[in-house]
Amino acid sequence: MAGEVSGMTDISGAMITAPVAAADWLVIAPVVVPLVFGALLLMFRHEMRWHGIVAMIGLAILVGVDAALLKRVLAEGPLAMTMGRWLPPFGISFTADALGAVFALTAGVVALICAVFSFRDIGVSGRRYGFYPFLMLMMAGVSGAFLTGDIFNLYVWFEVFVIASFGLLILGSEKAQIDGATKYAILNLVGTTLFLIATAYLYGTFGTLNMADIARKADGLRGTGPLMTLATLYLLAFGMKAAAFPVNFWLPASYHTPRIVIAALFGALLTKIGVYALLRTLVMLFPVERGILAETIGWVAAATMILGVLGALAQADTRRAFGFLVISSVGVMLAGLALGSETGLSGTIFYAVHSMLTMGALYMLAGMMREFGGSFSLHELGGLYRLSPLLTAIAFLLVLAAAGLPPASGLWPKILLVKAALEASAWWLAGAILLTGFLTTIAMGRIFLLAFWRDAPAVDGRHVTAAATGSRSLGQGVLIAFAVPILLIGIVPEPVIRIAAQAAHGLLESAPYIQAVFPAGGG
Amino acid sequence: MRTLIFRTAAPYLSSLMLLFSVFVLLRGHNEPGGGFIGGLIAVSAFAILGIAHGVPAVRRAMYFHPMAVSGFGLLLSALSGLLSFVYEVPFLTGIWTSVHLLGMEVDFSTVMFFDIGVYLVVVGSITSIALALEEREDN
Repeated sequence: MAGEVSGMTDISGAMITAPVAAADWLVIAPVVVPLVFGALLLMFRHEMRWHGIVAMIGLAILVGVDAALLKRVLAEGPLAMTMGRWLPPFGISFTADALGAVFALTAGVVALICAVFSFRDIGVSGRRYGFYPFLMLMMAGVSGAFLTGDIFNLYVWFEVFVIASFGLLILGSEKAQIDGATKYAILNLVGTTLFLIATAYLYGTFGTLNMADIARKADGLRGTGPLMTLATLYLLAFGMKAAAFPVNFWLPASYHTPRIVIAALFGALLTKIGVYALLRTLVMLFPVERGILAETIGWVAAATMILGVLGALAQADTRRAFGFLVISSVGVMLAGLALGSETGLSGTIFYAVHSMLTMGALYMLAGMMREFGGSFSLHELGGLYRLSPLLTAIAFLLVLAAAGLPPASGLWPKILLVKAALEASAWWLAGAILLTGFLTTIAMGRIFLLAFWRDAPAVDGRHVTAAATGSRSLGQGVLIAFAVPILLIGIVPEPVIRIAAQAAHGLLESAPYIQAVFPAGGG
Repeated sequence: MRTLIFRTAAPYLSSLMLLFSVFVLLRGHNEPGGGFIGGLIAVSAFAILGIAHGVPAVRRAMYFHPMAVSGFGLLLSALSGLLSFVYEVPFLTGIWTSVHLLGMEVDFSTVMFFDIGVYLVVVGSITSIALALEEREDN
């Protein structure tokens, strides 16, 4: 039935005629799986007892297909599928390379761990407001953004996950949440509008939206097209999404308001999509323009990482402090983008993987600290070491991870970045990365000292008592689920370094990516 | 707004609009129309009924919760894309078949089911917003 038209007319000039093997569906599965599960959860929104289980099954399948996709991409190179049989660049291509696949896998793992944590964090009202459907639809958007090979489609996935994140942000409808969500929504919409304007301009210039097509046409248009304007617009738009200084104000205004598990998801995933989009557009599509912008990006990176960590030092609320650390980590990732060498980019990619795990874990640590200490405020927390040695051990590991000290995973990407900076004789950037590591040690050490080591302070003549809700062992188990990969990557970094290097190589040498979309070289 | 004339006319008007929305949905394959605009027309029908007879009447008339309708639409659209898996063609490829129905050739395609899914997503989500706003007005 499908091919009945081909019997009469020759459609090979307009459509893909080669059959698609079942294994090729891996490239689209990370989007379809959460979409189908999100739709099912929406349909049965009143069967709230089953929501958590169904969402977990969906996310476990997502992690499975993400892992299979990464394995295949690492072995065989980029994998592409163009929707609706239309030949690229007319059909929308999904193109998974090592970069997209490794980001998608890490995001899936973080979402799965967050879903386990949500069992205790999201009550009946959160479920009624639709936490799980929003979570699944957000993951569809996140996976789509990482795997799409079409720049307008990337915009669509940005919208999908941003709209789902609006819903998650106001879960509970508290005044502070509405306030934070308004700032988040307006500033994000400004960012997406810039993205849309840049994309319209790009389409006017290139006449194509397919990223592989743009990459191969960029050289020919460099003399005549406004590529520098496009690159700058994308830098601003995605810099806003990634919360880079000076367009980062939406993040500290909103990330401390939602439920802890939602803050963990946002802190882990959303800014990294901005970083991913920056890597994809500036390194793969506009490499020459990135070179011209390199100095600007470098200063933006240095300012973001240092001002971020200074913000973290000044905060008394653990969630606010971790929000500033998210900004600081984005600055570190931008350093690799500024350097643009293969070592620098693999440092950025490795750091993004590390940061997704660590930032998710930090927010959950804030949640567990409140569980034991009864507060998010460092003025009221204290004596947690006595209450839970296990939590203290995990917290100590996370201090090391955030600061980039051994044996946690933060050390190796920073070494790669500093090495790349010194190779490019950008000593000031290397200095900024090291200074940020030092300041992060102080910021995290301060939280650790105040909350864990000192005795519980007496507030208003009484000791703050723990809020005894939910099961603590589940929360600690979830933190261990974060701590194990952080520690493992810290001790055995070679596989991740290899994957990151392959991903960085794929960005710099886009020929296999283009080859995957246009196997015949035509189009 | 609840005048006798409006209340009497609203059910007829709504049913006509719903019928028209289905017409717009189905003609949308090759002519102006389609799931999105058809869905919006259907939402207007529910909104008019809501203004005239109150939100509970609309909820009873819809039977399913609007968000469940939109979830079903999303599922239908996704599944109509997934049918390509069986035919070894890429995701969302249009697959056609024709059936003899009451002495006529009727064409069915995944494209049509995708569009019906879009229709239901629009109907469900926008009706849910409209009803929430109208409910607030009522209180």
